[in-house]
Amino acid sequence: MQLTQLLVSGLSQGCIYGLIALGFVLIYKATETVNFAQGELMMLGAFAGLFGTVYLGLPFWAAFVGAVGVTALLGVLTERLVLRPILGQPAFAIVMVTLGLGYVGRGLITMIPEVGTETNALPTPFKDEVVKLGGLVIGMEHVVVIAVTVLLCALLYGVFRFTRTGIAMQAASQNQLAAWYMGIPVQRLNGLIWGISAAVAAVAGVLLAPITFVHANMGFIGLKAFPAAVVGGFGSLPGAIVGGLVIGVVESLSGFYLPEGFKDVAAYVVVLVMLVVKPNGLFGENLRKKV
Amino acid sequence: MSGDAILTLANVESAYGPVKAIRGVSLSVPAGSIVTVLGANGAGKSTILRTISGIIDPQKGFISFEGQPIQGLDPGQIVRRGISHVPEGREVFPLLSVHDNLMMGAYTRSDRDAVAADLETVYGYFPILRERARQEAGQLSGGQQQMLAISRALMSRPKLMLLDEPSLGLSPRLTQEIFAIVTRINRERGTTMLLVEQNAALALEVAHYGYVLEVGRIVMEDTCERLREKEDIQEFYLGMKDAGVRGERRWKKKKTWR
Ligand SMILES: Nc1ncnc2c1ncn2[C@@H]1O[C@H](COP(=O)(O)OP(=O)(O)OP(=O)(O)O)[C@@H](O)[C@H]1O
Ligand SMILES: [Mg+2]
Repeated sequence: MQLTQLLVSGLSQGCIYGLIALGFVLIYKATETVNFAQGELMMLGAFAGLFGTVYLGLPFWAAFVGAVGVTALLGVLTERLVLRPILGQPAFAIVMVTLGLGYVGRGLITMIPEVGTETNALPTPFKDEVVKLGGLVIGMEHVVVIAVTVLLCALLYGVFRFTRTGIAMQAASQNQLAAWYMGIPVQRLNGLIWGISAAVAAVAGVLLAPITFVHANMGFIGLKAFPAAVVGGFGSLPGAIVGGLVIGVVESLSGFYLPEGFKDVAAYVVVLVMLVVKPNGLFGENLRKKV
Repeated sequence: MSGDAILTLANVESAYGPVKAIRGVSLSVPAGSIVTVLGANGAGKSTILRTISGIIDPQKGFISFEGQPIQGLDPGQIVRRGISHVPEGREVFPLLSVHDNLMMGAYTRSDRDAVAADLETVYGYFPILRERARQEAGQLSGGQQQMLAISRALMSRPKLMLLDEPSLGLSPRLTQEIFAIVTRINRERGTTMLLVEQNAALALEVAHYGYVLEVGRIVMEDTCERLREKEDIQEFYLGMKDAGVRGERRWKKKKTWR
């Protein structure tokens, strides 16, 4: 029972890692750069949710949807106003810009009087509720995290697999030049990808909020989601989620069975092992990517 | 012969950064015809096609399609006007299915029923693609990928097709097969073709009119019948056709090679 409890909380934490990792991978696949502000987008999403529930008094799920929408818009605007103008610069320069954006995001939040520097509780309708499964008692917030993640993954799968825009996004990431030839608006789709990544990050933020509170530094969780993306084989969407789950579970188990401190390095140990055993990651593609 | 031209280039210059690739190219393509551009490797043939389809913006000159200026438009607008490009080296989407590759060719269209009908038409031209519809394009053979690239370009229902070395890397038999379809499309649908080919003999056989490009400039133009008769052409393009030389070969230098 103990083990199962640990597994469940590990999985729910892993979902959060997986969702943030998904954002990394989406942007990487589309633009071949890494957005290191992914964690901060998650944090902003959580604050947007907090604003919706506490200050606008919206019901939780309405605030959830609102936060996701606002953050998605922020992602689209970031791509349009900050990244598109520096398109064609070396990749490291673009990565630096995203790191800078992360700092800006954190700075702006801490400037909000009272709220910005505090750890804030985000009220949810399922606070203190539990689900009993056999002898198992699972906190409702964990169930919600897992359920929403599953739904979101199914939704994204459907979009990428079956819609014209989703297939075009795949096409552009596989062969950008050919996508241009077909008249696919590659740049606009990249903006949309930024929107989707930001939306996914916001989902993670609002889901994480009931578990860890909302604060300006919660985006540092991105540092653990990044290894999740690597474990999954940077470039694979299912890999990002599975990588997140692996890291979440390993972390949860090592936090209980191993001496203190191991929990924090668990993610990196998993990455090291993975890089030695299977350098391409769990779902790594061997196919050479074209320009 | 510009009276009924569907496409005209006037003094077009394009460059890759500091590298000038075409220097003042003028040509015209009559509606319904097949026009070919011959030239050595690096002469700038692909650059002409890329400039027409809006992948590269010309630095100077004018391009007009159906009487409208199109230079500087983005590729999406150019596809919508009726120009589609079969790129050099095929450039399929390797992890998408054959079917999805074809649908990407129709990305700019919203007339679903007509798209479905066109899908049937291209499957009719290349039945193998129907058999492989669910397979990833990256798993097709080179020849099948070329058929896919041509079909994908047809899916935008073009008035003008730009074909960049469709025979590249294909067996002579497959090349014949593909060219047979190309001429058939030209005849049946009246689709105008601008064809760039290494295989000059074949190009001069299927095309009506030809231009010879040398280091970014047009140095000769005539009907294909007459080009075939010319000594220079026979010597440098037709005589060399099975030597398969790739690399820096230039018009003038080649004389000394022989
Ligand atoms: N992406 C590029 N960046 C820089 N220079 C380029 C690029 N593509 C082509 N060039 C240069 O432009 C010139 C013309 O190239 P282009 O590809 O148009 O030649 P081509 O006639 O199509 O040759 P081939 O028969 O080998 O395909 C060449 O000198 C080439 O080096
Ligand atoms: Mg070429």
